[in-house]
Formats: sequence, C-alpha cells, structure tokens
Amino acid sequence: MKISDNNELQEKAKIIREGILEEVYTAKSGHPGGSLSVADILTVLYFYEMNVDEKNPKWEDRDRLVLSKGHASPALYSTLANRGFFPVEDLKTFRNINSNLQGHPDMKNVPGVDMTTGSLGQGLSAANGMAIAGKLDNKNYRVYCILGDGEIQEGQIWEAAMTSSKYKLDNLCVIVDNNNLQIDGKISDVMSPYPIDNKFKEFGFKIICIDGHNIQEIKDALDVAKNIKGQPVCIVAKTIKGKGVSYMENQASWHGKAPSEDEYNQAILELGGAKQ
Amino acid sequence: MKNETKATRQSYGEALVELGKKNKNIVVLDADLSGATKTDLFAKEFPDRFFDMGISEQDLMGTSAGLSTCGKIPYASTFAVFAAGRAYDQIRNSICYPKLNVKICATHAGVTVGEDGATHQMLEDLALMRNLPNMTVLSTSDDTQTKWAVEEISKIHGPVYLRLARLATPIIYDENQEFKIGKAIQIGEGTDATVFATGVTVSEAIKAKEMLKEEGIDIRVVDMHTIKPIDKEIIVKCAKETKRLISVEDHSIIGGLGSQIAEVLVEEYPTKLERLGIKDTFGKSGKANELLEYFKIDAKSIVENIKK
Repeated sequence: MKISDNNELQEKAKIIREGILEEVYTAKSGHPGGSLSVADILTVLYFYEMNVDEKNPKWEDRDRLVLSKGHASPALYSTLANRGFFPVEDLKTFRNINSNLQGHPDMKNVPGVDMTTGSLGQGLSAANGMAIAGKLDNKNYRVYCILGDGEIQEGQIWEAAMTSSKYKLDNLCVIVDNNNLQIDGKISDVMSPYPIDNKFKEFGFKIICIDGHNIQEIKDALDVAKNIKGQPVCIVAKTIKGKGVSYMENQASWHGKAPSEDEYNQAILELGGAKQ
Repeated sequence: MKNETKATRQSYGEALVELGKKNKNIVVLDADLSGATKTDLFAKEFPDRFFDMGISEQDLMGTSAGLSTCGKIPYASTFAVFAAGRAYDQIRNSICYPKLNVKICATHAGVTVGEDGATHQMLEDLALMRNLPNMTVLSTSDDTQTKWAVEEISKIHGPVYLRLARLATPIIYDENQEFKIGKAIQIGEGTDATVFATGVTVSEAIKAKEMLKEEGIDIRVVDMHTIKPIDKEIIVKCAKETKRLISVEDHSIIGGLGSQIAEVLVEEYPTKLERLGIKDTFGKSGKANELLEYFKIDAKSIVENIKK
C-alpha cells in the first residue's frame, strides 16, 4: 500500500481532502481549517512513511501516530478510511449519534487511532510514553506526534518536550502544523509561541523546517528524521489553514464551522478541478 | 489492631518492589517526590523501569497513558493534591476516557499531611476521582491492606486511583485477612452504631469502638477501602442492623465517603447518617494528630458523637 510517487501522493491528498469536506458537510459541524492544513502531512505519513497494517490495527510493532490537535479528526478519519482501516462510507457518519467517529478521536472505537485526544496539549506526553515503551522493549517502531501551533501555548507541551529530550527519544518525531491561526485570530497576536523552531531546539530537539504542503519536502524531512540518533526531532511545517479551498484559506473563521451546500459544492469543484 | 504503626505510603513503596520482581511490565513514574511517596525503593531496585518526570504532573499522567497503550502497567505517583487536582484533565481525558491501564497511587492525602498546611492537604480527591467513568477508587487503611491493594490493582485492567497517607497508623489486619475490591470489611457485630471509615480514620474508629466498649456501648466499624465501586450491600445491612450510622473521613464531607454512603442510603434504604469529615473548609498547618482532633475526625470525636 506504500506510495512513493509524488503525483500519486498528491492525488491521495486530494481524495483525503474531499473526505474531510464530506465529513464536516454531512455532520454540519467540525473543524475543516486545521484538517485541511494537516492533510498533506497525514497523507505522506500513512501512505509513504508509516509501517501500519490496516488488517491488524493493534499490531504491536506498528508505527504510532498521536494527533494531539484532536479537532483535526476529520483529516485523521479520512486518511485512515482511505488507508483501509474502515469503510470510506463511514465518513458520512462523522459526529452522528450512532457513529464511532466521535467529534474528537477515540482510540477505543476507531481502528487505527492510536491515542484518544481532544483536550489540547496532552498528546506529546502520550507519544513520549509510547516511545519510552519502545525503547524499554527494544522495538523498532517509530512514534509520530502532530501538534497544532496554537496548541503549543499549553504548558504541558513544554513539560513533555523536556521529557522527549531527557530520554533521548530518537524514535519520536514531532510535527508542528504551523498554519498560524487559532480560533481568536493569528497565533502571533493571541499568544505568540514564536520562534517555534528555536524553542524546540532549545528544548533539545533536532529541527527541520519545511513547507507542509510540499510532498517531497515532507518525505525528505521524515527520511532525515529517521536517521537522527540520540535526540528527538521536531519538523516545523509551514502550512495554510483551509489549504485547497480558496475561501477557507488563511481564514480563522473556518476553524470550526461547516460549509453550506453551495460552499461544499464549490470546495469539491475546486479540489476536483485541480486534478491533473 | 496492633501497636506497630506504618504509613500506607511506606507499605506502597515496599509492595512496589515485590510487584516489580514478579511482573516486568510494571513501570513507576514520579514527579520529584520519590523520597516522600516511597517510589525511591522501586527506583533503587529497578532503575530502568523508573521515570522521574520532574515537577510536571500533567506530563506524568500523559506519559503514563502512552506507556499503558504499549502494554506497560504504569504506577504514577505524587502527592494527592497534585495528582487528582493539578492533573485532573489529563486523568479524565487521557486515562479514564480511553480506559487505559494506569494506576495512580497518590500519597499525602488529607489533613494528616500535617505541617505543610492547606496547599498540600488534599481533601477533594475522592470526590474528583470517583465521578470519573471507568475509574476504580481505593483508600486503604493499613499496611496489610495496602500491600494487597498494590498487587491486586495490577491484575485488573483499567484506571485505578489509590489514596495513601503520610501519617503512620496502626497495623490493623494480620496477613491472613482476605480482601476483595468492592467488598468492605466489617469489624465487630455491635448494633448501637455503625462507623463507616476509610484510610487513616479506620484505626481512629477502631480506637473509638474500644473506648465505647468500656462504657457498655457496642458499635461496629466498617472499613470502606473501596470507594468505587461502593459496597452497597454492607451499607444497607448496617442501616438495618444498627441504631445509628456515622461516616468519618479525612476528606471533605462534600463528595467523599459520607456523600457516597448518603447516595446509597437515599436510594436503597433511607436512613439518617451523620457525616464527620472536613466541613467545607481548607486544612491548616499543625501536627497530624492535632489536626485529626481539630477537625473532629479522631477517636475522641467519634466517641463524643456517638454518646451525644
């Protein structure tokens, strides 16, 4: 199931974006902006990088992913569904009272979800725990943790960053989805976490800065990260909130609302229209 | 009850070492208090399986959650005020909601912390922990019971909160005593009153029982070591068999043992209950035994209450 061709990965990312929009549109709620910004990163992780088995989601040697910014659940669900963990049709049930696809990821009920998240700031600690367990058991699996750039305003992230560094968790790769927006506006205005790269560097991480929508750059960064020994890695990925849908791009107002029917149709047209 | 005393935190530390020998999946995490919580005993024996997280309780709980997803059985320790209070949201969302196999063993609960005063005397943890779905809550009263509990909770899958104390209290049970999660222990058959107690107040209640016996008043003590799931059966049984019901706890009377017994009684067998505990106030500095008396949760206060 692994894909290395950039065009094919690009095409997969488009399908995943369509899934995101379908989820949020049918649920009439959810978080499209931060899901679209992280879609390319998740695509490369699940279709190029990570060792996972959709037929055995709890395989103990699998690579693990903690989506610490749990409100981007539409992106994770769309990725997992397209990767074969559960039927793509289930995406239509997102946030429905009879659905397993809760508003925020629930590891107990969704195949492929490695950690329950939603209350911001908690995922890196859990990812550290998984990475420490891997070291204790001499396992070769890797742990990925995706943080929102607004999320790193939470103090627990920096408690956890010290832990990643103290235990030299080179089997851990943190990715910051740096779309520069949070609910109340620009992260730099609300409560600036900048400079993100230098902060993580001072906390003991190896830093890689990339364009989070450039498939090749994401692939290269993940490849480099795997070969860094003795310290954790943090990829700071510059992204665009709402990426791929013109009227959502760089608009904080699309953090947590659903498109109308017209808006949805336009979004699908824009994504489809971009197909080669 | 023996003359020998030991703090349940000490029993915890000793039991962890034994458990560590039996089960290699046991890992222990602390937040810069290993000398006080007694996890340092485990750390000395198994340095590779001990993690000092520094002064960061939120990370302590989150890391424990992550370890448990990979088959480890983390015992996460710090003072009760920092575990149940500071890291409540982490316990709620990262441990209880996904029903992860994390054992939160919190020492220094209650006013019997003593001289450190209100900031360090956790009086709300039972209330905070028992309202969390999937959580099992224990509050042990002596060395024997604590050692049983430390091992027993490793055998059940899911989150557990074990409340432990700083104060050394009498050893109540001999090694042959049988314990079961969710099954309280009745001490004595007296019918003049039932005193429901938990943790450090169990030995106070037993002292009160002995003092009252000399005056011809025969009470029974019920050691409620499991706060959740609560033993409804024994509460109703004692309500039927004894003239008065009293609860006593080193915890706020709001949301703790007394509240829980009241909830059971009101639904199953409406009976008057008197609740002794910390009455909607913070603790204060002082010696542990002075504080037990000051807050009227010591043996003498129990006796006075029953005689009034």
